[in-house]
Amino acid sequence: MEKIVLPDIDNIHILDVYVENGGFSAAKKAFSQSSDDIIDQVKKSGLRGRGGAAFSAGLKWSFMPKTTDKPKYLCINGDESEPGSFKDRQIFEYNPHQLIEGILITCYAIGAKIAYIYIRGEYHKWIKLMQKALDDAYAAGYVGEAMKEKFGTEFFCNIYIHKGAGAYICGEESSLMNSLEGQRGYPRVKPPFPAQNGLWGCPTTINNVETIANIPPIITKGWEWFSKIGEPKHPGTILFGVSGHVNKPGVYELPSGTLLTDIIYNYAGGVPGNKKILCVIPGGSSMPPLRGDQLEGVKMDAESLKAAGSAIGTGGIIVMDEDADLVKVLARISHFYHHESCGQCTPCREGTGWMEKILKRIIAGNGSTSDLDLLITVANQIEGNTICALGEAAAWPVRFMVTRFRDYFEARVSKEVNLQIANKVHSMRETERPLAEIKN
Amino acid sequence: MNNSEFKFTPENIERINKEISKYPLKKPAVMATLYIAQEQNGYISNEVIKEVATLLEMTSEEVLGVVTFYTMYYQKPMGKNHIQVCTNVSCMLRGGYEIWNQVKEKLGIDNMNVTDDQKFSLEEVECMGSCGTAPMLAVNEDYYENLTKEKVEELINSLKNSN
Repeated sequence: MEKIVLPDIDNIHILDVYVENGGFSAAKKAFSQSSDDIIDQVKKSGLRGRGGAAFSAGLKWSFMPKTTDKPKYLCINGDESEPGSFKDRQIFEYNPHQLIEGILITCYAIGAKIAYIYIRGEYHKWIKLMQKALDDAYAAGYVGEAMKEKFGTEFFCNIYIHKGAGAYICGEESSLMNSLEGQRGYPRVKPPFPAQNGLWGCPTTINNVETIANIPPIITKGWEWFSKIGEPKHPGTILFGVSGHVNKPGVYELPSGTLLTDIIYNYAGGVPGNKKILCVIPGGSSMPPLRGDQLEGVKMDAESLKAAGSAIGTGGIIVMDEDADLVKVLARISHFYHHESCGQCTPCREGTGWMEKILKRIIAGNGSTSDLDLLITVANQIEGNTICALGEAAAWPVRFMVTRFRDYFEARVSKEVNLQIANKVHSMRETERPLAEIKN
Repeated sequence: MNNSEFKFTPENIERINKEISKYPLKKPAVMATLYIAQEQNGYISNEVIKEVATLLEMTSEEVLGVVTFYTMYYQKPMGKNHIQVCTNVSCMLRGGYEIWNQVKEKLGIDNMNVTDDQKFSLEEVECMGSCGTAPMLAVNEDYYENLTKEKVEELINSLKNSN
């Protein structure tokens, strides 16, 4: 299978190697067409955002006003802080120039002169790698005013890196803009949407790193080619990050619609010790968890996962084996969302803390069946009642895990049943073949 | 450093000006400026906040608001080796808490504390994006991944023995 975002080419992160392999020819091709044509091609390609919402990239671009006297901006979201997601750092490290080329084409399409790549602060190393790639591209004339000469065009744009400082919420696009503006990273009320009122009140488009890294191949090989990869409603490859109880955790670039069980058992090497799977979170910690007996036939694309009762999110697959303690897992997830709630909206600020407290009570052995109902009640009161989607991100894992693993949780709050028995309540998927013990 | 006053070095002023040049206003450079200040001063003191505010034409309250919103700015001096252990889900499933407890015990300090010799500080952090190479910890800016108890033992010992 062909890889689009992370191709198997040695040293592709080096500018010369990237150029030798056709790098920046997509930008050249794009600059000879009208910006509307580019937006049209991206729309037709079916490319959907890889940051979580899976919104059509071309459609998002088309929201940018054509006539405005304000400057327009592009923001690249590299905040990557959803637990279970570690894909964008691979692009910064292994294919930064494709991201840069994607940014040039996107800026041209939406009419932006400045692009900011917002990278989470903890990624010191990857910020340096990305900055090095950017410096090289500038020095060679691929970015900035020198572009005019390099590409023989009137268009040029500048790209800057903005370093975050440790706040999950800044991955939310309006929070990211506030953070970039030098304020606390509070999400904004929408509407107005960024395309009307974004950075400094100007029209702004925000795309995920992986989304933009897909742009150059779409321009070079054509939208038809791209639209035929994987599932037609969510075409292309997806960088799946597999973590937790698997033998070979890592990032796998695979066509959308690849079977979840295929990814876990064939690519990620199955579960250590040949254990059964109790639970899988398919798209990063905020997405609804699936039970071990719900995995069969589930395809990894936005539409299929929706039908299966979850969501694609960032494609971060977290696998938990039969010995995992789901109450502790859920308490840890709830602690995270409590910690990361920005505190603007009462349901989220208070509710995330309540959910964490209730789960800790259950862990301490002081839980009761009514606590399980209370968890769901609190989750339901957060969902839909907040400015941004962190409310859903905090509520979904709780609501779906408690509902889907109700007997497991009931067993945990009942003093007579121990965890071993609780684990046997569910039918869990067996591995297909014996696997080696996990290695460090 | 005289605590009553904080001034950026000329080299750092130059770095800050470069950051400011990325944006149409001065204020957006506040996050980068705070990093530079933390590097120079060791932590974000009230004097740092005042100076950053003056430099970027912000109020001290606005700067303080930024400092307290993010986890990577410290309002007290941290150790020379600031150890950050991830215990979020993917790390937890692969032994993140064992690593956390091991480091805690080895250093004899708890979350956000500093050793008496100022050599180490410890922080339990949220997901660092190392889920595929879990468990992990970071020492200052460097990630250490695919950890085992032995690797952690070796790492902390070597940091203890280095000056």
